[in-house]
Amino acid sequence: MIAKLQYQLKSQKVIVISSFILLGLFMVTLFAPWLAPNDPIAVNLAHKLQPPSLDYPLGTDHLGRCTLSRILYGARISLGFAMLIFISALSIGLIIGIIAGYKGGWVDQLLMRFGDGLMAIPSLLFVIGFVGIWGAGLKQVILGLILVQWVYYARVIRGMVLSLKEQNYIMAAKISGSSTWTIMKKHIIPNVIPSLAVMGTLEMGWAIMNLSSMSFLGLGVQPPTPEWGAMILEGKSYIRTNPALMLYPGLMIMIVVVTFNLLGEALSERYGVKRR
Amino acid sequence: MGTYVLKRIITIVPIFLIATLVTFGMINLSPVDPAEAYFATAHIQATDEMLEQKRHEFGLDQPLLIQYVNTLIKICQFDFGISYVTNKPVWEEITSRLPATIQLTIGSLLIAILVSVPLGFLAGIKKNSGMDHFSRFLSFIGASIPSFWLGYLFIFFFSVKLDLFPVEGTGTWKHLILPSVTLAFPLIALYTRLLRASVLENLQESYVLFARTRGFHEKMIMGKHVLRMAISPMITGLGMNIGNLLTGAIIVEAVFSWPGFGRYFIDAIFNRDVPVIQAYVLLAAGVFLISNLIVDLVQMYIDPRISRKGRQYQ
Amino acid sequence: MESKERFILNVRDLHVEVKTKEGSFKLVEDINFGIKKGEILGLVGESGSGKTVTSMSILQLHDRKNIQMTGSITLHDRELNGLKNKEMRKIRGKDIAFIMQNPMNAFTPVFTIGHQFIETIQAHTPLNKKDARELAVDVMKSVNLPEPEKLLKYYPFQLSGGMLQRVMIAMAACLKPSVIIADEPTTALDLHSQLLVLRLLEKIRLEHGTSILLISHDLGVISEMADHVIVMKHGKIVETANVLELFDNPQHEYTKKLLRTRPTLYSEKQPYTYTL
Repeated sequence: MIAKLQYQLKSQKVIVISSFILLGLFMVTLFAPWLAPNDPIAVNLAHKLQPPSLDYPLGTDHLGRCTLSRILYGARISLGFAMLIFISALSIGLIIGIIAGYKGGWVDQLLMRFGDGLMAIPSLLFVIGFVGIWGAGLKQVILGLILVQWVYYARVIRGMVLSLKEQNYIMAAKISGSSTWTIMKKHIIPNVIPSLAVMGTLEMGWAIMNLSSMSFLGLGVQPPTPEWGAMILEGKSYIRTNPALMLYPGLMIMIVVVTFNLLGEALSERYGVKRR
Repeated sequence: MGTYVLKRIITIVPIFLIATLVTFGMINLSPVDPAEAYFATAHIQATDEMLEQKRHEFGLDQPLLIQYVNTLIKICQFDFGISYVTNKPVWEEITSRLPATIQLTIGSLLIAILVSVPLGFLAGIKKNSGMDHFSRFLSFIGASIPSFWLGYLFIFFFSVKLDLFPVEGTGTWKHLILPSVTLAFPLIALYTRLLRASVLENLQESYVLFARTRGFHEKMIMGKHVLRMAISPMITGLGMNIGNLLTGAIIVEAVFSWPGFGRYFIDAIFNRDVPVIQAYVLLAAGVFLISNLIVDLVQMYIDPRISRKGRQYQ
Repeated sequence: MESKERFILNVRDLHVEVKTKEGSFKLVEDINFGIKKGEILGLVGESGSGKTVTSMSILQLHDRKNIQMTGSITLHDRELNGLKNKEMRKIRGKDIAFIMQNPMNAFTPVFTIGHQFIETIQAHTPLNKKDARELAVDVMKSVNLPEPEKLLKYYPFQLSGGMLQRVMIAMAACLKPSVIIADEPTTALDLHSQLLVLRLLEKIRLEHGTSILLISHDLGVISEMADHVIVMKHGKIVETANVLELFDNPQHEYTKKLLRTRPTLYSEKQPYTYTL
C-alpha cells in the first residue's frame, strides 16, 4: 500500500517534469520566429559549415544555414505534424468507435473486422508500402500514419462505449429519458479520456519518430524545410568533419520521444490504463 | 498435431490472396500511371501513342479482373515483371539483393535474442537489482531512439573516432556488426521488456510455489519451469515484430549503404518502378506470413496447450 | 523417547512478522501445536487468519528478506527454523510434502504429469529416470489411480481438477513423508472429487502412518477427518481441542460463531471452476 503510494508520487513527479518539458517545447514551436537567431532556410554559402559562434550558436550546415534556427523550426514541423496525425486519427477513431460501439450489430462487425485486418499488418510496413505505391511525399506519409493509427483509438473507444453501455447509470439515464447525445456527453466521453490521454501521448512519440524516419529516407518532408530527420539525412555526409549536423537533430528527436514515452507511461500507471 | 500444422499452413493461402488483392487494388487506385512512370524513368518524352502502346504492353487496357488473374498467375511463377530502371526481371534483382538483407536481419535477430533473453530473464527474477535497472533503462532508450540516428552515432564513435569498424558497405563480419546491432537495438528493448514482464507475471503463479514445496533448487525452478513458461509471450512478440524488422532493415540499409533489398525498394519508390514496388510489398507480406507461421510452430512445440485438446481425461 | 507427548512436528511460540518501511506488522503470533504420528490435525479459520502463513513457516518458504520468523519448529526433534536453504530443500517434498489448494494451477502447464512426478522423485533420490517412473506408477496404482502409465503422459491441462489433485497426493505420498500439509485440498473440487481426495488422504494416513496438517475453512471436512482441531483468528490460535469436544462444546466465542455460520447443507460449496 505504502509502496504503491510512493510509486504514485514518483509517477506524479514524472508527469509534472515531462509536462514542463513538453510545455517548453510547445513554447518553442509557438515562438520559433522570435527565438531563432537566423532565417532557417536562408542559404549563405560564404558561411557554410561554420563552428559555433555568437551569430550561429550551433554553427551552420553545408549551405550556411543556422543549425540552431533549423532545429527550433524543426520542432514546429515535428510537433505540428504529429499533432495533426494525432487529431485526425483520434477524430476518425472517435467517430467510428462510437458508431461501432453504440450501434452494434453488423455495423460494428464490419468496422471492427476491417480494423482487425489493418492491425494485422505491421504498421510501419503498411506506411512504407502505402508510400511506395502512392508515391513519395509528405502528404502520403501523413495519410499513411493516420490510416494505421485510427484503428487503435476506435477499438479503445468502442470497448469503452460497450462496457459503459451495459452499466446501470447509463440504463438509468436512458430510462429517465436523456437523449443519446446527452448520455454520451455526460457519461461516456469523460470515461474514455484517461485512456485516450495515455494512448495519445505514446502515439505522439511514435508519430514523431516515424515521420522523421520517413523524412530521413527522403520519403517525407522535403528540403529545404527544416525537419529533424531530413536534417540528419543532409548532415550525414559531414559526419567526419561536422558531426554536430547529425548529432543535434537526432538528440532532439530522442529527447522529445523519451519525454512523450515517459509521460505516457507515467499517465498509464497513474490512471491504471493498460498500454497496447 | 500434424493436422494442426497442416491447417495452419493452409490458412496462409487465403490471407496471401487478400494481400495480393489489396496490393493490386492499391496500385490501380494509385495516381501513378505505370506507363507514364516507365517513360519518366527512361527519361523519354512520351507521346500519347507511345503511352497507349505501353499500356497495351503492360496489359493495362484489359478488364481489371483479367489483369488481376494474370498478375496472380505470374506471381505464382515468381514472375514479377521487368524493372523499368534496369530492364532486368525483378525476380533476378530481388534474388541478387536478398542475401544481404537476410544476412542483416538474421544477424540482428540473433543478437537481439542473445542479449534480451538473459537480460530480461535475469531482470525479472531479480527485480530491482542493478541488472533490472539496467534492463529497464535499455528498454526505455531502445524504444525512444531513432534507429537511423543510432546508426550514425555508432559510425561516429566506433568507425570515425575509434576506427574499429568499417563505415559502410559489406564484405567481412566486421561490416555486419554495426548494422545488425543498430537493427537489433529496438528489438532488444522490446523483447527484454516483454520477457521481464512475463517472468514477473509467472513468478506469481502457483506452480512456482508448488515447485518450491517439492524441494527443487531455485536455479532449476527459474531456469527450467519459469523460463519455459515466460518465453512464450516473447516468441509471440517476435512473430509480430518481423514486419518491423523489415522496415528497420530499410532504414539501416540506408544508413550503412548496405546493398540489400530495402535500399533497392527506396530507390524504386523514387523511380516509380512499379513492378519492383509491387514485388516488395508482396514479398514483405509473404515474409510476414511465413515468419508468423514459423513462430506459431515454435510456440506449438514450446507450449503443448496450443496443439492438444484440453480435458481428454477425467 | 517413548514419551506420550512425542510430536512428529512440533511448533512452539511461532511469531511471524513482515517488515515494511513503516515498521513491522504481525502476521501470526503465539502459535503452539504439535502433530503426533498418524494424526490428522485440522487447522480452521477464515481466509487471512494466518493458516497459510503458518504452513509456509513450517516449510520455511517465507521471503527471508522481508519476513522475520521467531520460535521453534521441529521435525523429529530437528530444528527447522533458521535451517539453511540447502538443508531445507532436502526436507521439502521428502519429509514434509505439500498439497496445494488449486490443482489446476499447481502443475507447470508445459510439462507432462510424468515429467513433473519423476522430477520430484529424482530431486530426492538417486533413482534414474526409468526407476523413478516405475516408482511413480507403483504409487499411483497403490492409490487406485486408473491407468497410471497413460496418466503420466498427459499434460496437466488435459486432466480434471479432481484427477490432478489425486495425482498431487500420490506425488506427496510417494517418498513416504512424515508430514503432509494439505492446504484446502478440496476447496476447488466438485463433491465427488472431494470425497475421493479425502478418502485418499485417510488411506495414506492409515497405511503409512503419515501425520497430516489439514488446513480448511470447511468445518464439514474437518469434522470428518481431523483428530484434533485448532482454530485461528487474526493470526492467533483461539481454541485447541479434540474434534468431538470442539463440535459438541465449543469454548471460544469465535468458534461458536464459526459453527453457527456453518452451512447446514453440504451443497453450498464453491462452484467448480477451472481456468487454463
